[in-house]
Amino acid sequence: MFSLLNIRVGFYLAVRQLRRASLWTTGLIVFVMLLTFLNLVVVTGILVGLIDGINESYRTQYTGDVILSALPTKNYIENTPDVVAFIKTLPQVSLLTERYQTGGTIEANYLTRTSDTEKKNATGVQVIGIDPVAEDAFINLGSYMLEGAYLAESDYDQILVGKNLLAKYAFGEQPGLTPLKDVGPGSKVRLTINGHTREVFLKGVIGSKIDVLAASVFMPASELRTIMGRTDQNVAQIAIRLVPGSDPDAFKQLLLASGIGEKAKVQTFADSIPNGVEDIKKTFAMLGNGFSSIGLVVAAITIFIVIFINAITRRKFIGILKGIGISGSAIEISYIFQSLFYAVIGSGIGLLVLYGLLVPAVAAHPIDFPFSDGILVAPVDGTMIRILLLVLTTVVAGYLPSRMIVRRNTLDSILGRN
Amino acid sequence: MIEIKNLTKTFKDGPRETQVLKGITLSVGNGEFVAIMGRSGAGKSTLLYQISLLDEPTSGEIRINGREAHSLTERDKMLFRLAEFGYVFQDYALLPELTALENVALPLLMQGLSNAAAEEKAGAALTRVGLGKRMKNLPSQLSGGEQQRVSISRAIAHGPDVLFADEPTANLDKESSATVMDIFKELHANGQTIIMVTHEDEFALFAERIIKIDDGQVVSDIRIRREPPPNLPK
Repeated sequence: MFSLLNIRVGFYLAVRQLRRASLWTTGLIVFVMLLTFLNLVVVTGILVGLIDGINESYRTQYTGDVILSALPTKNYIENTPDVVAFIKTLPQVSLLTERYQTGGTIEANYLTRTSDTEKKNATGVQVIGIDPVAEDAFINLGSYMLEGAYLAESDYDQILVGKNLLAKYAFGEQPGLTPLKDVGPGSKVRLTINGHTREVFLKGVIGSKIDVLAASVFMPASELRTIMGRTDQNVAQIAIRLVPGSDPDAFKQLLLASGIGEKAKVQTFADSIPNGVEDIKKTFAMLGNGFSSIGLVVAAITIFIVIFINAITRRKFIGILKGIGISGSAIEISYIFQSLFYAVIGSGIGLLVLYGLLVPAVAAHPIDFPFSDGILVAPVDGTMIRILLLVLTTVVAGYLPSRMIVRRNTLDSILGRN
Repeated sequence: MIEIKNLTKTFKDGPRETQVLKGITLSVGNGEFVAIMGRSGAGKSTLLYQISLLDEPTSGEIRINGREAHSLTERDKMLFRLAEFGYVFQDYALLPELTALENVALPLLMQGLSNAAAEEKAGAALTRVGLGKRMKNLPSQLSGGEQQRVSISRAIAHGPDVLFADEPTANLDKESSATVMDIFKELHANGQTIIMVTHEDEFALFAERIIKIDDGQVVSDIRIRREPPPNLPK
């Protein structure tokens, strides 16, 4: 079938049929192919991007590229000053921030409560002690303020709370998390850590979508150390941002080789993502592929109908072509070339729209999901596989109807007999 | 030489059978110009389709230059039609999206000629029928007579053994019909075998032999003259 001669004649016919076809019809078919391509790539890309958006937010707003945390048996990283000093000497390091971390409670109605039986307006929290300047430089924490102001270096009785800790922003009461009612910037609350209490003012509300920021209390590290009664400089976390182009895995190996692994758990950003998140991502990708498959079937049916109608209305001419000695294979190949043209041009325009418009646009203006800033994930290799899939489907969908018509009796086709 | 023996063709429409050709036997020599005539429904076009291998007879034999043509495979018939036959249809049968030149060049490409060689040969064939200046025109930009001349060019460009014409003047005015018949006359003068179906007496007279068909049978086979008639008044 695919002899060079048949391909040459098929191509000759296809080029001329396409060149002289109605511009509107060609445009419409190419548009369908474009939409199919975008459906194939964008649906999956957004679903996966939703999870990747969470992951990316987690990286940029909390962990950095590599994060050191206390070993499971410890509450802090031993010899933190030495560890930090060593890390700062490494050329791959761009920024780092140190964090103290402990559990505690904050209570809002401790002054107005009249009896011990009255329900406390309180909630258990994770308290994170930070260097406000370093943390702002590292994760730009100040930019996430929903209300109030960010911590100043000199603040000592001020805290920031994540929005999920306040009833007016929280989704609702969740097990183990009772949002505080009637509390906002300027409110005085009681912070209790390890039995030590301190009255502090709520200075600002953090509006991040990632849980670790949205459900934690942040305060200056020096104050937290005082409340915790700590005299050492050992922190619970060191988050590290690498210079662009550095490999987090290689950096992790470097730290482990230096013996830091004996003092801290060393994880790349990817290591720190819970397994479940990856599973959700895979599930979403599968769902996206499922939705896209429907689009692919629709595109296949569209091409099938277009080519079938084209072939059936040209049945007489197909008969004439066969009558004057043009092989059926050459005629079928001409339709394959036409289908190929629609798919390739549709995908080509799709690529331009995708990488020239959609990906940069969504990156600049992420989709505002309640729990993440969704991005459009469209890796080139995955996109190429989808293009291949679209082209193959289209070619088959174009070939089948042409074969159905070409196989009909030559004279019946010429004379229009059934 | 085309030899036909006991050729029959029966069409089936459910339980109903209609025998259109009822055992036709005849032969056409190389270089002959034969007109097949008959009233509508007599079976003349059906006969042409069987001889030209566009259709499959119900029974009987067709030999072309000694070769059994009726039992050829579909692919061999296609090759036969491509290399040894030329067709002129009543409604020109040109592909609307191909120019005159491309319509004529297409079968030549299928014969393995390069694009340049095929278009050169096609150009020569179009020039031969007086369309040297209309090569780039699409069929829709040509008159009926011009389209039929393109169709003739396509049929003769590869130098076929036999030229089959099915009512080639039926859709044309007098002037265009005369032009087409003049071309046939010239082709025949150069030794081209032509088998033409027509119902018009004046054009049948261009042939040297007239076979009349009625009710699926040959009712007369007359050799009228050796020389083609003079030009018709236009």
